[in-house]
Amino acid sequence: MELTLWTYEGPPHVGAMRIAASMEGLHYVLHAPQGDTYADLLFTMIERRDRRPPVTYTTFQARDLGGDTAELVKRSIQQAVDRFQPEALLVGESCTAELIQDQPGALAGGMNLGVPVVNLELPAYSKKENWGAAETLYQLCRTLLREQLPAPGTPRPSPDRWRAEGRRPRVNLLGPSLLGFRCRDDIKEIRGLLGEHGIDVNVVAPMGARPADLVRLPEADANVCLYPEVAGPLCSWLERQFGTPVVRTVPIGVGATRRFLAELSTVLDLEAPEANEADLRSRMPWYSRSVDSTYLTGKRVFIFADATHAIAAARIAADELGFTVVGLGTYSRELAREVRAAAKELGLEALITDDYLAVEKAMGEAAPELVLGTQMERHSAKRLGIPCAVISAPLHVQDVPARYAPQMGWEGANVIFDSWVHPLMMGLEEHLIGMFRHDFEFVEGHRSHLAEGAPPRQAAAHEPDVAAVAGSSMAAAANGTAAAGATATLAPPTVTEGTAVWSADGEAALRKIPFFVRGKVKTNTETFARDHGVAAITEEVLYDAKAHYSK
Amino acid sequence: MASTPTLPPLLRESGQREVFCGLTSIVWLHRRMPDAFFLVVGSRTCAHLVQSAAGVMIFAEPRFGTAILGERDLAGLADANEELDRVVNDLLERRPEIRTLFLVGSCPSEVIKLDLAKAAERINTRMRGRVRVVNYSGSGIETTFTQGEDGALSALVPLLPSSDENQLLLVGTLADGVEDRFLTLFERLGIGPVRSLPPRQSTALPAVGPGTKLLLAQPFLSDTVRALERRGATRLPSPYPLGVEGSRAWMAAAAAAFGVDPNLVAEVLDPLVERGRRALAPLRRQLEGKRLFLMPDSQLEIPLARFLSRECGMELVEVGTPYLDRPLMAEELALLPEGTQLSEGQDLERQLERVRAARPDLVVCGLGIANPLEAEGIATKWSIELVFSPIHGIDQAADLAELFARPLHRRQLLKWN
Repeated sequence: MELTLWTYEGPPHVGAMRIAASMEGLHYVLHAPQGDTYADLLFTMIERRDRRPPVTYTTFQARDLGGDTAELVKRSIQQAVDRFQPEALLVGESCTAELIQDQPGALAGGMNLGVPVVNLELPAYSKKENWGAAETLYQLCRTLLREQLPAPGTPRPSPDRWRAEGRRPRVNLLGPSLLGFRCRDDIKEIRGLLGEHGIDVNVVAPMGARPADLVRLPEADANVCLYPEVAGPLCSWLERQFGTPVVRTVPIGVGATRRFLAELSTVLDLEAPEANEADLRSRMPWYSRSVDSTYLTGKRVFIFADATHAIAAARIAADELGFTVVGLGTYSRELAREVRAAAKELGLEALITDDYLAVEKAMGEAAPELVLGTQMERHSAKRLGIPCAVISAPLHVQDVPARYAPQMGWEGANVIFDSWVHPLMMGLEEHLIGMFRHDFEFVEGHRSHLAEGAPPRQAAAHEPDVAAVAGSSMAAAANGTAAAGATATLAPPTVTEGTAVWSADGEAALRKIPFFVRGKVKTNTETFARDHGVAAITEEVLYDAKAHYSK
Repeated sequence: MASTPTLPPLLRESGQREVFCGLTSIVWLHRRMPDAFFLVVGSRTCAHLVQSAAGVMIFAEPRFGTAILGERDLAGLADANEELDRVVNDLLERRPEIRTLFLVGSCPSEVIKLDLAKAAERINTRMRGRVRVVNYSGSGIETTFTQGEDGALSALVPLLPSSDENQLLLVGTLADGVEDRFLTLFERLGIGPVRSLPPRQSTALPAVGPGTKLLLAQPFLSDTVRALERRGATRLPSPYPLGVEGSRAWMAAAAAAFGVDPNLVAEVLDPLVERGRRALAPLRRQLEGKRLFLMPDSQLEIPLARFLSRECGMELVEVGTPYLDRPLMAEELALLPEGTQLSEGQDLERQLERVRAARPDLVVCGLGIANPLEAEGIATKWSIELVFSPIHGIDQAADLAELFARPLHRRQLLKWN
């Protein structure tokens, strides 16, 4: 049993729903108790879809458990097929149905429905949403492509067969789905990018595809694995069975888009793209080089997201915006190795967890100036008083915007520049607040370009720096740094055991540090005091520490 | 009261149901009793549901969570009990200010027959004096949406102190402002003491006994009422306090039971009734003659239909309810217009066929259905909002009507050429 206040991912059947709802002509019969239809809201409200997800639930109740639930499953399957006449059918269970073991997939298999049936076995008590989506897509394609499987020993098709066939090369775009982060616009961006390089798109899946389209997957010269969380297993299988090469670079960020194009041209035996294409096509490199961005240098950023977006964000932050990445982590255990490697390159230890208290604690300890995370980090960051931008699912309705807002490709880089820099204090304001601290309007932590910026009086009244270090009472208590903290008003910095005591002039000096770096300065000074056996932190100790860490 | 209307036979349906489970009640109950914590014992699906339903609220100091069952817990029951004790210990160590802990059963915990009642008893004995642990089920297999509140309140009933004192007990969650307003009005009528279940503090439970008269603010409290009646309380039959008419009748029922002079009742309430009707008039003009279809959700459907037809002039196409408790709904049913088609339960696809065939002017339905129906050109009012809005009382009648007029008004406003 695991105490959970927030879950980064839903159960695996929600992943299967994402595949079904993203596609056309595919229906999903889900053996589930009354109430599990809540998941429809993810699609009708967050994704703002104009139709119900293609899911028929058995919605059994307690009184059904005394009777024949298997009969209920069969009736639901027959009704769904008769009513919706899908090209293929997914049949599976939710967590409760898994316990009563009616084997709905096997039942459907014996019903002669006249359409391909995919029996989904998604272990709800050990796996989660993205795994469920990846497994569903993989099993669906396996079922639909069974008849096309080449005999063992068949030579792999040459990736440049397009040349011999006198046509443009064509690729599949695999992985985009509903409830994924900005998939709708990423597809458009990548489709355009490929078109400019003379590459056609064979099939986009699952988003917008029909089962009949999936049957054409082997006709592509390469598979582009845009979202490894969803399409990774399918791409590997297609590579093994059909010899289709996989392009694994995810084109999020200017550098990644260049590497993506380079990898694609190698795989397809195309001419390498122009070296200055990025500068011509994306505004991001110039915006980031322009002097207005100088103050972004070394901004401390904490990143937590699904693996794909976390890795991409870390690269962009470090290489393209000149930030210092002070924390990198993911909840995608399936891709933990890749995130660990990316963290190692930055001299960090990756945080692999799905425990939001652990993330909040790590965030508090890293004392960043910017958080790039999921919907949840937005709120932890708000609690800690740190600017934040959302870069990955789980998302909320505001991250399914009406406007064009890709993350991938050249335009994606433009969107990223704007959305990551926006929450930070603007340069002039940052300078002025550092110089004059007695203003009645532009006070500590105030960001006047954000309408919802820190309310002036409140920001002045309490100590955001202490909050940033100690975190919420719950996180702090979990951390063992605060005794049974029941209140949100945080203890003065002197209570933490084994830490030097702040003198009055030391605290006064600390308050003069601009608020967004104050958390880090406080931690550094305390560490310095501890390492040097200093008992009381005075103003001089703070400056000693400052000099020590600037070396 | 008018003579009982003739209603066509109740349409009883079974099939796919598009409703919330009782766990969703946590979303408002945790605000009503901030010193309580709701620990769901269930699966990741349960955790996902509560966070999806609670939206942004989850990020305040959490007052609810899920003990997610893992494969190890499914292997053997004894182990699951130890695990639960460990999780509860962890939680109470982190959150010592919790006074009442609700262990909320879910479909998985019910299906594997994890005995949460016994667990609550066990933990209670250990924690005596510090925290009270109670148990109820919010599982989808047993409860629909607001029935979760019924479960939570009936779990509290055995904890209520006994008292023979004559008192009025308002049963069912009310918005704070609405509750205060009712208290003021009951005071003007000379009725008292008046107490509420649930209270604002889980430790400040009202007493109950033979002198207690129950006035139900919400129609979905079947088990709670029966549990209170077993403790000697008497229910005052009345329509529910929605709209001018229902609210007046509701307060008058209490006045009659407390022997208040009808002249005083008229003196206190009639000016409010008149003001309420004036406020309703412009909304009635927007709603009059419009055809209304209510899909099952919260059991509020019948009182809402009564208000919208009698006070706003709407025509009722079908009034669906997830569960019909006839004794608790008798006064409401008596006020429905002749020929109102009621349905209990749901077969979603067939009900949607009836919606499409009838082309009503407004469909009250859940959020899983609302946008898809709008896309088909059918105006909707999402029903969950009614559980989260201050809608009770004479003074709220216009606000309640406005919730239904707003989507129709919006349709008139929007133009694309």
